[in-house]
Formats: sequence, C-alpha cells, structure tokens
Amino acid sequence: MNAIRTCSLTKYYGKARGIIDIDLAVEEGDFFGFIGPNGAGKSTTIRTLLGLIAPTGGRAEIFGRDIRSRREEILADIGYMPSEASFYHGMKVGEVIRYSARLRGRDCGEEAGRLCERLELDQEKKVNQLSLGNRKKVSIVCALQHNPRLCILDEPTSGLDPLMQREFYAILTERNAKGSTIFLSSHVLSEVQRHCRKAGVIRGGRLLVSDTIDRLGQTHTKRVTVRGISHAPALDGIKDVKAAGDALTFLYSGSPDVLLKALAAAPLTDINIVEPDLEEIFLHFYREEDEAHDDSES
Amino acid sequence: MTILKAELRRGAKALILWTAVIGFLLGICILIYPEMESQMNEISGMFSEMGSFSAAFGMDRVNFGEFMGFFAVECGNVLGLGGALFGALLGIGALAGEEKEGTAEFLLTHPVSRRSVLLQKLGAVLLQILILNGAVLGISLVSALLVGEAPEGKTFVLLFLAYLILQMEIASICFGISAFLSRGGQGLGLGIAALAYFLNIIANLTEDAGFLKYITPFGYAEGADIVAEGSLNSGYLAAGIALALLGIGAAFVWYQRKDIA
Repeated sequence: MNAIRTCSLTKYYGKARGIIDIDLAVEEGDFFGFIGPNGAGKSTTIRTLLGLIAPTGGRAEIFGRDIRSRREEILADIGYMPSEASFYHGMKVGEVIRYSARLRGRDCGEEAGRLCERLELDQEKKVNQLSLGNRKKVSIVCALQHNPRLCILDEPTSGLDPLMQREFYAILTERNAKGSTIFLSSHVLSEVQRHCRKAGVIRGGRLLVSDTIDRLGQTHTKRVTVRGISHAPALDGIKDVKAAGDALTFLYSGSPDVLLKALAAAPLTDINIVEPDLEEIFLHFYREEDEAHDDSES
Repeated sequence: MTILKAELRRGAKALILWTAVIGFLLGICILIYPEMESQMNEISGMFSEMGSFSAAFGMDRVNFGEFMGFFAVECGNVLGLGGALFGALLGIGALAGEEKEGTAEFLLTHPVSRRSVLLQKLGAVLLQILILNGAVLGISLVSALLVGEAPEGKTFVLLFLAYLILQMEIASICFGISAFLSRGGQGLGLGIAALAYFLNIIANLTEDAGFLKYITPFGYAEGADIVAEGSLNSGYLAAGIALALLGIGAAFVWYQRKDIA
C-alpha cells in the first residue's frame, strides 16, 4: 500500500510557482528522503499533503484517502514536524506536548516522557526561552509521541547538534523498523544517503527523479580525471569540466569505448575513472535544470 | 473543547486586566455619583443645553441628575467603548494571531477540522465577553448599592444586554476580518471599534447621518435612548445582528478553504 501517492499535484500561489505535476509514490514502511535546494518546493509539497494549502491541480492520497475530503482522518495517522516550529508564547514545553496529545484525543504521557529523556529536553522550560535546537526537539516529541503510522518531517535536523541528530535518526530507525513510514525533506544529501532507503529529488517545483538510494547512485556517469591535456575531448555526454592544478576533471555519461578512443591520441600522463558520489550526481541533476532554465530565459 | 479551554487559559490574563480596568472605572464613576448628584441639579440643565455637544453624547435626552440617566450615559462611554475595544482585539486576534505567531501550522496539522477550530475560537471569544460583562454588571450593582442607589431593574438589564450584544457584534465582525488576515490586525480592530463609536456620535449630531445608526452597534446601545424608551431599537438591533452573522459567516466560508502561510 502507498503511504503517500500524488498524481500531477500542482500548486501555484497566484502566478508564482509552487510545485508542478508532482507524481510521487511512497510505500508504507519506506524511509524516504525528499531532497532539493531551498525554494525547490519541498515544503509546498508537504504543506499540500497536510491540507494547510489547497492544490491548484492534481490530487493526492495518504493511505488511500483523499487529502482534501478526509483531512482529519489522515492527520490522525500523521506526525508532522515543521521546518520552523512556533509554539504558544508563555507555555511550558510539557504543556505544549500535552496540548498536542489532547488535540489528538490521546494520552501520550509515557512515550512523551521517554522521548524527552532521550532528547534531553526539559519539560519545565518555557517554549519562548528555547534555542532553535530545543524548539526542534519539542517538535520531534509532538510529532512522534502518538506513534504515528506516517512521520512527515520537514528539514528535521537543521539546528540539531550532531549528537542529537544521531539520536534523532536512531529513534526514526526504530520507528521505521516497527512499521512507521518516514518521509523527510532535506537539502543535505549526505544525511539522506546515510539514513534513507529511497529518495526523490525536487528542483524548480518538479520532481526530477525518485528511486532507491542504491539505484540513484547507479547512473552510467563516471568522474574522469586526466593529466597531460588542457582541454576535454569534444564529446557528447561530457559535463562539469573543471581544471584543478595540472589535472582536468569532468563527468562523462557516454560509451567508454568512445571516450577511450578520443583520449588515445592525447599525451596523457595519468588517468583516473571513478563512480561519482551521490552528491555529485545530484549537483549534476540540479545543474542540468539550471542550464535548461538559463537556455529558456536567454 | 480542547481548543476552547486553551483559548480561555491563554486569554485569562488579558480578560482579568480588561475586566479590572473597566470594572474599576465604572465602579469609581458610580461611587462619585452622590457627589456629582448634589451639583448635578445645577449643571444638568447646562449639560442638556450645550447643543450639539449634548446631543452627541445623548445628554439632551436624559436627566443627568437621575441615577439611571447618569449611569446610562457614563456606562455607555466606559463599558460600551471599553468593551468594544476588548471585543475587537479578541475577535481580530482569534484567527490572525495564530498565523502571525506561526502556531496555525501547529494547530491545523492536528486532527481537528477547521470548522471545529472556528466554532471553538468563536465560542471562546463570546464566552470571554460574557464573563467580562457579567463581572462588570456585578461590580456596577455592588457599587450602586454602596451609594444607596437601586438601579431600575428593566432598564439596567436592557443597558447591559445592549452593551453585551454590541461587544459581541464588534467581536464577530472582527472575527470575520481575522479570517482574511495572515498577520495580526490589532490596529485594525481598535480602529473598527473607535470608528463605530464615532459614527454614532456623528449620527447623533445631524439627522442626515441618522442612517449610520444602522451600521454602528452604538446605535442600538445608545444609553440615553434606552432609558428614555425602555427598549432597544429593533431596527438598529436587527441590522447589528445581521452584520455580526455576516462576519461569522465570512469567517466560516473563507477560513475553511484558506491557504495557511
């Protein structure tokens, strides 16, 4: 069963682009990373799924239920952590957490206590005195205390120190092992690569690709570094040409035979051909979009 | 009821403060009435002959030398205007405040319908107004008894009822506007309350502007008229209730489909 499924989901804010034709499928039990630079449409997608904003086109379902007509049922199954958490001024941490549980008609005191202990969060502090990291922790507890079937987490780790990030992912991994679906957005690729099994890349409001992390890394692209020439061979499929000292490096996504023949006559002193890391692949995705965008504007 | 309770708890300090200030001012005015009364017989005539100034505040229609006359005019200014400002702030902040503080996202990602949020928030606004008026009514009664005046029952109840409806109307209109705002509109709320007050003064000054009484709730809550006629003007009241319902209706229609920024 799909935890999240969107069909041509589109949101325009007046004339401004939010997201365009997003077709996304997240299976129940997935640990899914939603990657994209700032302003790509990650939060717009999430806020549309949660019913905070209405789509201007397309549709979406969560656990097979339409997001527009069955919003409350869906929200009962979701734990959501916003990218910037705001709470009611003057309330104590514990009061916010209990209020969140009461809004769900639940008593989650025990689980909330456990989470606060693991995250080293003092329930007696006033929320308006908290640092960004500690506010994030309040959000984490509110999002997880009721053991939701689906966790939607928008940039969850920004502001958390590395130790807390580790604890946070440990908690998510446990929840995922018990069957919860995790959907988190991030612009930090290494984080997604380390913790998620699947990922989708969003850029300029469009979903570029969505697959397992393993398969996303298996593009036929290689990172080629050569010494002894100052210009890359004029071949299709060469991108991201950079000179570093006496070395020349580029991404190549064509037939190896063609590349080797083109380089055969060159006075090479060294050659190195490796798999690019995921970061590079995504940068490459982004850049393609930028170039397409620039071309359409010029 | 979770949201309603939380709203009441969050609003408790402001409610106590407003109740204390309005109750204190009203109580003080009543307590100084005996002193005023002794001089009133001389200046009451003068008050009623200051032409349009008297008309503006309804002083040409009541006997300022009688307790109910004095109370109606003075009560109108303190509870009417004070309560209108309080109601406006409550109403305008009810929905817009959550968006300004960023807490709307917190609230609306819990499994509660927007309709339920609206009902509970409106309920909290109206309940707080009711509590304030109940407390002020009590303070007024005690103060009146302390100075040996027994307010005339029906008129007294009508006056408080009129001010209660006035405040609820202003709050409901502001509640409607609040649904359209994404930032706090406190200045706008206070402006609406003050505008309503001055529209009534203008309507009192010139008959040509009499229609304004249908727009401003101060039209049916004119203390002087209530004392003189022993009833609320049903036309002004019906117009006021219609405006209040319009505000509430607008909030329900718009907020349920609004994009939360």
